[in-house]
Amino acid sequence: MRVTRINQKESAVKTEAKVDLKLLEPLIKKYKSKKGNLIPLLQGTQNLFGYIPPEAMMMLSRETGLKISDMYGVATFYAQFRLNPVGKHIIKVCHGTACHVQNAKVVTEDLQNFLEVKDGETTPDNIFTLETVACLGCCSLAPVMMIGDETYGKLNGKKAVEVIKEIKRKETLNQKKSLTENISKN
Amino acid sequence: MAQTKVIVGLGSCGIAAGAGKVYEELQRIKEADNLDFELKKTSCIGMCFKEPLVEIIDETGSYLYGEVDSKKADEIIEKHIVNFTPVKEYIVKSDTTDTKFDSYFEGQVKIALRNCGYIDPENIEEYEARGGYQAIKKIAGEKIGVQEVIKSILDSGLRGRGGGGFPTGLKWKFANNNRSKEKYLICNADEGDPGAFMDRSVLEGDPHSVLEGMIIGAYAIGASDGVIYCRAEYPLAIKRLNIAIGQAREKGYLGKDILGIEGFDFDLYIKEGAGAFVCGEETALIASVEGERGMPRKRPPFPAVSGLWRKPTNINNVETYANIPWIITNGAKEYAKYGTEKSKGTKVFALTGKIKNGGLVEVPMGITIKDIIYKLGGGIIDDKKFKAVQLGGPSGGCIPEYLSHTIVDYDSVNATGAIMGSGGMVVMDETTCMVDIARFFLEFTCKESCGKCTFCRVGTKRMLEILTRITEGEGREGDIEKLEELAYQIKDGSLCGLGQTAPNPVLTTIKYFRDEYEAHIRDKKCPALNCKKLLTYEIIEDKCTGCMVCKRGCPTKAISGEKKMPHFIDQSLCIKCGDCFSKCKFDSIKIY
Ligand SMILES: Cc1cc2nc3c(=O)[nH]c(=O)nc-3n(C[C@H](O)[C@H](O)[C@H](O)COP(=O)(O)O)c2cc1C
Ligand code: SF4
Ligand code: SF4
Ligand code: FES
Ligand code: FES
Repeated sequence: MRVTRINQKESAVKTEAKVDLKLLEPLIKKYKSKKGNLIPLLQGTQNLFGYIPPEAMMMLSRETGLKISDMYGVATFYAQFRLNPVGKHIIKVCHGTACHVQNAKVVTEDLQNFLEVKDGETTPDNIFTLETVACLGCCSLAPVMMIGDETYGKLNGKKAVEVIKEIKRKETLNQKKSLTENISKN
Repeated sequence: MAQTKVIVGLGSCGIAAGAGKVYEELQRIKEADNLDFELKKTSCIGMCFKEPLVEIIDETGSYLYGEVDSKKADEIIEKHIVNFTPVKEYIVKSDTTDTKFDSYFEGQVKIALRNCGYIDPENIEEYEARGGYQAIKKIAGEKIGVQEVIKSILDSGLRGRGGGGFPTGLKWKFANNNRSKEKYLICNADEGDPGAFMDRSVLEGDPHSVLEGMIIGAYAIGASDGVIYCRAEYPLAIKRLNIAIGQAREKGYLGKDILGIEGFDFDLYIKEGAGAFVCGEETALIASVEGERGMPRKRPPFPAVSGLWRKPTNINNVETYANIPWIITNGAKEYAKYGTEKSKGTKVFALTGKIKNGGLVEVPMGITIKDIIYKLGGGIIDDKKFKAVQLGGPSGGCIPEYLSHTIVDYDSVNATGAIMGSGGMVVMDETTCMVDIARFFLEFTCKESCGKCTFCRVGTKRMLEILTRITEGEGREGDIEKLEELAYQIKDGSLCGLGQTAPNPVLTTIKYFRDEYEAHIRDKKCPALNCKKLLTYEIIEDKCTGCMVCKRGCPTKAISGEKKMPHFIDQSLCIKCGDCFSKCKFDSIKIY
């Protein structure tokens, strides 16, 4: 059932930054009082924050007159919507038919072991969220995963972990850089 | 002298294989060495197994290079462009020489895919140059009436390519019959079948053909507003569609009094799906466009009577629309020349799985499955034994090897218990476990059930539980019968196609591979050696060198043995993680 998609547990990751509701204004302006605007509004909200914060839902409701219950119903129905913050990089491992018969299971298992998270969870450092999706449309390269706009094909567990390691390396490098920059600024 | 063209295939799958980098590299060399060739983009030509693809067209002919990376790109430019000698070993298709992949194209007839891989999808003029927008111009120029257009589509025998196979002309006729002033035309680009990607390829490679098909459809039924409902997972398709819509508006193919046809106003917009398989079902799709949870509605009333915003609505699939302009331009007769008595024309299949030449093929209806797999697809990877092919995705079924002489048309495929579906063809070999495949699909439908009908919601869950148990070695006598009973109850007790067809993968695998189910249940064995919990790991004494690698890695310390002496696995401790098997360098661990 589609309802099982909701992450019932409180997310381990708490929102640190406050949600800047001002960002929503242009979106509301664009879709206010348009027919069938609920899904585009939620999609737009998620594009802004990476997920749909409760505050945003309340503001949307206030400004557009849509009911929160309807919004929540829609947000929990579609796989695309998230009610919890996610990591910086979302790893989407394809578990479509073509990828399944080419052993996508192993890719997910190895990533789970490496990142020490389960499907749908975010790493404690907030860098990665691991997800499974159905068919990215590159079946001839199966098994496939997608991170951001990049797609990686003909994977096995090892290759997938290599890709993640590389991203992680870059992330730590960036962190160090910004740290030293901050220090030198001060 | 015509300028030499270098064309890079930049479909999603090409980009995933690295075509973007190849394009950048080509651009770099072109500028660095000031070379005189035109660098262009196109999309999927269907040879996905050879991505990234680069085509060079010079005055001697066309040469398609496969598996090009930046290094090969340098070499190809150096030899082919600078020194005029094509690099034979990388050529996968050419009109000047034969290659070993020619059989991939033999027997294909490209109608829906007529422009894919041949034009730059972001350039409307290239579409026009290949006969694009001629169909709607013909309608406008020759003042072809609405009824005549509908008759053409009826006569062509075109049936919906989205899965149902309903005659498109008939659908249009129903929608046309309705005298409402406000009507809608929808393109179903939700492509939910995991393992099918023809709609994506058409949208990315030839978006204007879909737009033109929709414009003709709108003319035929009298719609003034259109919606393309596209999966959000296809960002490139959405981007190219948006470009195409902008260009079509500019050129007056969309808008008011289109091409001077008085009173013919039509415009459309894209609605991004939000990730729900059931939204491929037409009434759920409509609910989703209206901003609701995508739950199917009772039919009748059918969308042709009361659809989007309760107005008459016509829904067709991407591939269906892509065929329309061709039919109008070339005539219904020409289209009906291809195919079988009840299934006319061509169908695009996405060949995937354990197949050598995986990609998109468009073949006339009536060709056998065997020919698709062996002649076009080149056979099974590593020449393993072909076991079955899955058609129709989660609503379809598995056709076993011994029925591979089945021809592809709606009725013949239905007779096997599978369905044509949208054209996903997933090939499986002896290492694919059929019980696991059934479980895989049930897991999918169970997750995707909208929850409205009890039998679909709870029944799929119960079936999934039984199947999971069987694959984990907990199967019981009577499970197969229970699965069958549930299957028929779900079929009868479900409102929409999702529930009605969800048991098909289970029923067909039971029908054709009952022995595999029985092996799992009675002998606790998985003949395909796929279900982990049913495997036995054993060390072959003669081969074991006593290197101790397996022993060190075993998480449960199930392996014992001294250095340089044969090791031994204690079966009562082994949790079948497979670590030892993958680590042993001497192949001395066997699985059975
Ligand atoms: C569960 C379910 C999923 C479907 N998914 C799709 C889909 O992804 N794409 C599609 O074109 N049709 C899909 N269909 C079929 C549509 O309901 C509809 O029949 C089709 O879009 C009509 O277009 P056609 O006549 O051109 O095939 C689906 C049907 C069901 C029951
Ligand atoms: S059959 Fe399943 S998916 Fe279809 S309406 Fe009923 S519960 Fe929903
Ligand atoms: S399969 Fe895993 S648990 Fe079993 S013996 Fe090998 S390493 Fe140990
Ligand atoms: S099944 Fe994985 S990309 Fe299609
Ligand atoms: S050739 Fe690239 S998607 Fe097919």
